Amino acid sequence: MSKRIDVADLNVYYGKFRAVEDVTMTIEPRSVTAFIGPSGCGKSTFLRTLNRMHEVIPGAYVEGTVTMDGENLYGPGVDPVRVRRQIGMVFQRPNPFPTMSIKENVLAGVTLNNRRMSASDKEELVERSLRGANLWEEVKNRLGLPGSGLSGGQQQRLCIARAIAMAPDVLLMDEPCSALDPISTLAIEDLIGELKANYTVVIVTHNMQQAARVSDTTAFFNIAGTGAPGKLIEMDHTEKIFHNPSQKATEDYITGRFG
Amino acid sequence: MMILMDDTATGGRSAGSFQGKPRPGDRVFAGTALGAGILILVILAAVTAFLLIQGVPGMLADPADAPTTLGQSASFWHYVGPLAFGTVWASLLALLFAVPLSIGIALFISHYAPRKLAALLGYVIDLLAAVPSVVYGLWGITVFAPAVVPIYTWLNAHLGWIPLFAGTVSVTGRTILTAAMVLAVMVLPIITAICREVFLQTPRLHEEAALALGATRWEMIRMAVLPFARPGIISGAMLGLGRALGETMAVAMVLSASGIVTFQLLTAANPSTIPANIALKFGEAGYGLNVNVLIGTGLVLFVVTFAVNALARWIVNRRKDFSGAN
Ligand SMILES: Nc1ncnc2c1ncn2[C@@H]1O[C@H](COP(=O)(O)OP(=O)(O)OP(=O)(O)O)[C@@H](O)[C@H]1O
Ligand SMILES: [Mg+2]
Repeated sequence: MSKRIDVADLNVYYGKFRAVEDVTMTIEPRSVTAFIGPSGCGKSTFLRTLNRMHEVIPGAYVEGTVTMDGENLYGPGVDPVRVRRQIGMVFQRPNPFPTMSIKENVLAGVTLNNRRMSASDKEELVERSLRGANLWEEVKNRLGLPGSGLSGGQQQRLCIARAIAMAPDVLLMDEPCSALDPISTLAIEDLIGELKANYTVVIVTHNMQQAARVSDTTAFFNIAGTGAPGKLIEMDHTEKIFHNPSQKATEDYITGRFG
Repeated sequence: MMILMDDTATGGRSAGSFQGKPRPGDRVFAGTALGAGILILVILAAVTAFLLIQGVPGMLADPADAPTTLGQSASFWHYVGPLAFGTVWASLLALLFAVPLSIGIALFISHYAPRKLAALLGYVIDLLAAVPSVVYGLWGITVFAPAVVPIYTWLNAHLGWIPLFAGTVSVTGRTILTAAMVLAVMVLPIITAICREVFLQTPRLHEEAALALGATRWEMIRMAVLPFARPGIISGAMLGLGRALGETMAVAMVLSASGIVTFQLLTAANPSTIPANIALKFGEAGYGLNVNVLIGTGLVLFVVTFAVNALARWIVNRRKDFSGAN
């Protein structure tokens, strides 16, 4: 299930503009890795290159390699659709399909892969995924109602359930709590702590405490100025980043003496 | 309307530091909106009154008093029945061709074509809407109808066991199927334009949700775009249907009609449509109750169109919770 990701000399471009420069890092399996850094430093951009979602944006492309357990995601003949089926993604704003019920939302990805699934298998997968996302108790009596009728936090957990229903190797989350209240945020943070038992989790966050609470490893990105590409400044155990960073820029950012 | 009229929304009258006058701009806007709304209702009422006052005598007329129209019919209802059938049948056939084609073209423009080609195509489709219907009629009668005869002959020979394709094939090609296809071309632009707009409005969020689950482009369209656009597609189809139901010239020119009720698509004996019939008969109907009979058929068309719109609204509202509007 859980896999290791190695990124080597990765540059990301939007047309002529280089958004991310020369990132090399290793993301360990069964752990939570947090990306922090100022706005516009390319965290989202970089995260999207880990499941080739950046290719959805016209003109976006990468140089360099991303390998997952030794397999190059950008190798010749690799189908981005297959990559995304193994590397799930949760977005900043909850985005359940409004035209689908809660149950259909959970099954949305699975039905793409495996059309013939018995009704009982479906029931079971829906329950397992919703339990995995800590949402089962709240929605078990209204699985047939639209997913857009849930609260924001519930919608976000529904999106997580939808992602883990695919049994991905890796789960990418781009500021999954930034649209949520503190209680929902805590629920999702708890969930992230549980998810790392089975998945490689990567999370982008602007919330320093959140990074400190949930992650094992933290990567700090920064930009030199507007128009300059984002760079990976430092990546280490979260403890170390927050208590004894080796770079001055990291320390300034962590302590709020930024810019 | 209620919100626009509400004075408290623009500043209450009660004493206190929040006191303020309604802004003139708000007043003008509210007034204009209300005026336009009332005007539409007045026009609709006037049209209805005209149809009722002039049409009802025709509907109740003795066939002897309206020889050129009701000449061969036992009553008004026997006369209008086949016409109403022909109108709905031809329009439904037209939609059958136009809707899938429009969805396809609109999807190509919104999600597949490179930007420049998409803009060009959109422009060409809009131009199609600007072609006058007489031109479609001329094209249908001189070019299209003769061209489809071999296809009809083939259909009749090989699929003639299907009732739709049975009977003796028309030698001119001026059948209800031809008329429906010409109608389809005419309603294509409006349906395509509306579909394209709603497809483009699909939230990026939901498209990305589908793609991130490993959907191919077509799967993404089925998962996120089409369900989101469903009410819009239905509205577009209904606008197209409205145009097809009311279309006069092209049908009057293309269709060789004989006032019967049949589902056979390829024969020379076809039901006419209400608007085409009015156009063709009006010239010779200038005395007695004949004109009232024709206006009476117009009233029937009015009711049919209303019923179709109501049905469409009902379909759109049925799954409101799942519409994506919340
Ligand atoms: N679709 C796009 N087209 C062109 N440039 C883009 C696009 N998306 C992002 N960029 C640019 O790439 C750079 C990195 O953006 P990105 O969204 O990755 O930053 P971020 O670190 O996620 O910021 P935030 O914390 O605000 O989300 C920015 O300069 C941004 O303007
Ligand atoms: Mg971002």
